Amino acid sequence: MLKVVIIGNGMVGHHYVEQLAASPVAAKITVIGGEARPAYDRVHLSDYFAGSTPEDLALTTKEHYLDMGVDAHFGDMVAHIDRHNKIVITESGQAYSYDKLVLATGSYPFVPPVEGNNLPQCTVYRTIDDLGMIQTQANNAKVGVVVGGGLLGLEAANAVQNLGLETHVVEFAPGLMGVQLDAGGSSMLRRKIEALGVKVHTSKATEVIETNSEGEGRIVMHFADGGSLATDMIVFSAGIRPYDQLARDCGLVVGQRGGITIDQYCKTSDSSIFAIGECALFENKIYGLVAPGYRMAEAAASQLGSESVSFQGADMSTKLKLLGVDVGSIGDAHGREQGSVAYTFSDERIDVYKRLIVSADGKSLLGAVLVGDCCEYDTLLQYFLNGIDLPSDPESLILPANAGGSPALGSSALPLTATICSCHNVSKGDIVATMDAGFCSLGEVKSETSAASGCGGCAALLKNVVDDEMEARGLDVDTAMCEHFNFTRQEMFHIIKVETIKSFEDLLHKHGTGRGCEVCKPTAGSILASLWNDYVLEEKHVGLQDTNDTFLANMQNNGTYSVVPRIAGGEITPDKLIVLGQVAQKYQLYTKITGGQRIDLFGARLQHLPAIWQELIEAGFETGHAYGKALRTVKSCVGSTWCRYGVQDSVAMALYVENRYKGLRSPHKLKSGVSGCTRECAEAQSKDFGIIATENGWNLYVGGNGGMKPRHAELFATDLDDKTLIKYIDRFLMFYVRTADRLQRTSVWMDNLEGGLDYLKQVVIEDSLGICNDLEAQMDAVVGSYQCEWKTTIEDPEKLKRFRQFVNSEAQDKAIIFVEERGQLRPAKEEELQKISATLD
Amino acid sequence: MSLNMKDQHISICRQNDLIPNSGICAEFAGKQVALFYLPNESPAIYAIGNWDPIGKANVLSRGIVGDINGQLVVSSPLYKQHFDLITGRCIEHSDVKVPVYVVELVDDYVLINQ
Repeated sequence: MLKVVIIGNGMVGHHYVEQLAASPVAAKITVIGGEARPAYDRVHLSDYFAGSTPEDLALTTKEHYLDMGVDAHFGDMVAHIDRHNKIVITESGQAYSYDKLVLATGSYPFVPPVEGNNLPQCTVYRTIDDLGMIQTQANNAKVGVVVGGGLLGLEAANAVQNLGLETHVVEFAPGLMGVQLDAGGSSMLRRKIEALGVKVHTSKATEVIETNSEGEGRIVMHFADGGSLATDMIVFSAGIRPYDQLARDCGLVVGQRGGITIDQYCKTSDSSIFAIGECALFENKIYGLVAPGYRMAEAAASQLGSESVSFQGADMSTKLKLLGVDVGSIGDAHGREQGSVAYTFSDERIDVYKRLIVSADGKSLLGAVLVGDCCEYDTLLQYFLNGIDLPSDPESLILPANAGGSPALGSSALPLTATICSCHNVSKGDIVATMDAGFCSLGEVKSETSAASGCGGCAALLKNVVDDEMEARGLDVDTAMCEHFNFTRQEMFHIIKVETIKSFEDLLHKHGTGRGCEVCKPTAGSILASLWNDYVLEEKHVGLQDTNDTFLANMQNNGTYSVVPRIAGGEITPDKLIVLGQVAQKYQLYTKITGGQRIDLFGARLQHLPAIWQELIEAGFETGHAYGKALRTVKSCVGSTWCRYGVQDSVAMALYVENRYKGLRSPHKLKSGVSGCTRECAEAQSKDFGIIATENGWNLYVGGNGGMKPRHAELFATDLDDKTLIKYIDRFLMFYVRTADRLQRTSVWMDNLEGGLDYLKQVVIEDSLGICNDLEAQMDAVVGSYQCEWKTTIEDPEKLKRFRQFVNSEAQDKAIIFVEERGQLRPAKEEELQKISATLD
Repeated sequence: MSLNMKDQHISICRQNDLIPNSGICAEFAGKQVALFYLPNESPAIYAIGNWDPIGKANVLSRGIVGDINGQLVVSSPLYKQHFDLITGRCIEHSDVKVPVYVVELVDDYVLINQ
């Protein structure tokens, strides 16, 4: 088998491993990583200070590599490459022989050669370990300086600001982000980040850094112009240098200013050795972005198989959020091309700057700069990448819509080769092919192609492509719920709300056809409950409910039911626990602990349900809504009350949350969890909404799911106080209840939400739709009208009539037969039933 | 339905035992019968076997009633197959059928005959 050794396990090295492992090439893959941990997401490094853990950032694990059959070694640097014998030797003395070697060694931060740059207060911003050093230095610090005003410098400034320090950026050049922005864009960016409290110093050359002997600050920086700046710590983030020492030492060709020279197949001067990512130099250029690195990894991996792909260089256009400011740069941002013409739009009231660079003939887009608002980025990038002819008035592309701005470029104008998602290299053609294969919904296209699952910047464009394709195929996006209603659940919700409809009959009469079915009836029933919170067994609603809702229990495979009383937060007194045992014994119920920290009692016959509940309610239990599309459980750890590590009282919060939202009817079931510290014992990140305690309050996560398609919840807001936390959850849940489709969990709902997490934040946190008062009022109304459905039921003899096996006899259903197993009863299996009936005969 | 109900009828329950737009179960000649009361339809009452031959449990009376292309059906609460309330035939599996019973509402009494 071909022995392939990969040195370096950054994002690009990891991508190479994945590509090679997924290809038909039979290779024995060995990975040698210098850092102690496997590959992680370096692009989102600053999230670390916004609450993300190293596990959140991880792209893989040692176990995962093991499962893939990859031999991986971490925390051991390669010391030497013996090209003659094709052996790699590590600092710990391990030797690995190779047939093909891949250098994915990445880059290291450039630290200007300034006296004092090795003081302990001087750090760099590159790895998770660096973040640990930064955090240590930030303890008891007030002021932090970032040296470097480029893309990486501003990322680091974001991290320093997140640590709560007074933040300064010191840049050698006259402007910020000089590579990507023209002077106008650069000064707008400066205005914006200064308004956010970051102090910017440009044209500053640092000469000496020394320990401060007087006044504030542990150290002081002296500049060439005579000025000085006192600070507690410094983060150097002034660019990167390719990590090419290994290549130099073994005689591979490297560039004059560093970087391992490669050809279009990512081969170095030794045909058995490849180089990819930031250590590689292609046509005299280092590509310091992750997407081109991925393309190199794909090209290099393909060389070992039969289908060779070449690396053609890559577009360095970029769109990002720096310190919360939207910045976009496309192509020739500086207008260097001869005869090019620039259009500039600037609005200092709202601090927006936009600039287009257009060819002399006015036909093609050469470059663009966007600061403060990037909504045209996708459209402009498509013009640029695909050479699409500009409209005769190119300025309309950046003017506000009310000033004659043109609508976004229709995706039908894009060629099939147009890249829609650059993170995962998904072209319009790939999307069309996926839809040809029958995966037509936005959610399906996303999960099949991974499009929009990287930085997410292309989500809106992706939706346009999918919608246009549907239309082009003459496929109406069929949003009808069933043959009786030509609406989505969301539309039905609005109709019921706006017209104050209170019954299914009324709804059907006004807006539907036929008599309804098992799809539209429960949907309408759930909406009626969400909006008006009527008792679900009001006579007019009875026929709308699934059997589980009708009998307030969960039907099992033999027609019996399971009973789940609410055990909020998983907290239960010994007395109540004893009652559960007694009830289970009396009615011979099979007993099992659920994943949601409750106790499920199985095998209850229909006619026994009221008596079972009578006893449970007398002991203080109430219904657990396990039968409903409603809030199920709020799982919790014991938190600061007992745990040595807990920082907040997670049980109290779980009880509050569970009691607040119990009974809320929603498009699908809802689960939550509250963890008392970042160890996350309550697994809150796998819940629809999860809450994790921090030193300063609570972090809120949304959209998580376990089950068939696990999805990690996304960090929604950090360090919230109790009141704000509940306010956001109220709004989030009610917005979901209003807008999700039937049987759509929050995870799928979020995948299909145009604008994704950012949009959700705008709606819930910034109230961009102006509906938050309404959402809160509606939630208050639902919370205020809560009733235990079982209590209401057993108090009403009329309702109890339903809980009879036979309307005309007291007999039992003879088809329900149990057998004993491990000391409890369970339904008899088919073959057991045959034996039993044979004995009876 | 025009057969002579007087001779062979049995009263199995009263009208107020029925639940509008929903089902209940009655015992008749040792069998379980699912009775559905649809006050807006004519006739207003339907009876089929309670045994779900696909889910293999006595549950059809607890399904949701409605229509598929105008055919009155109940949807099994176990696996959601539809059974025609008039013919007993399963819409999804044409070879599967449940028994149907003749029922009638006379005054306040629900009368049944197989």
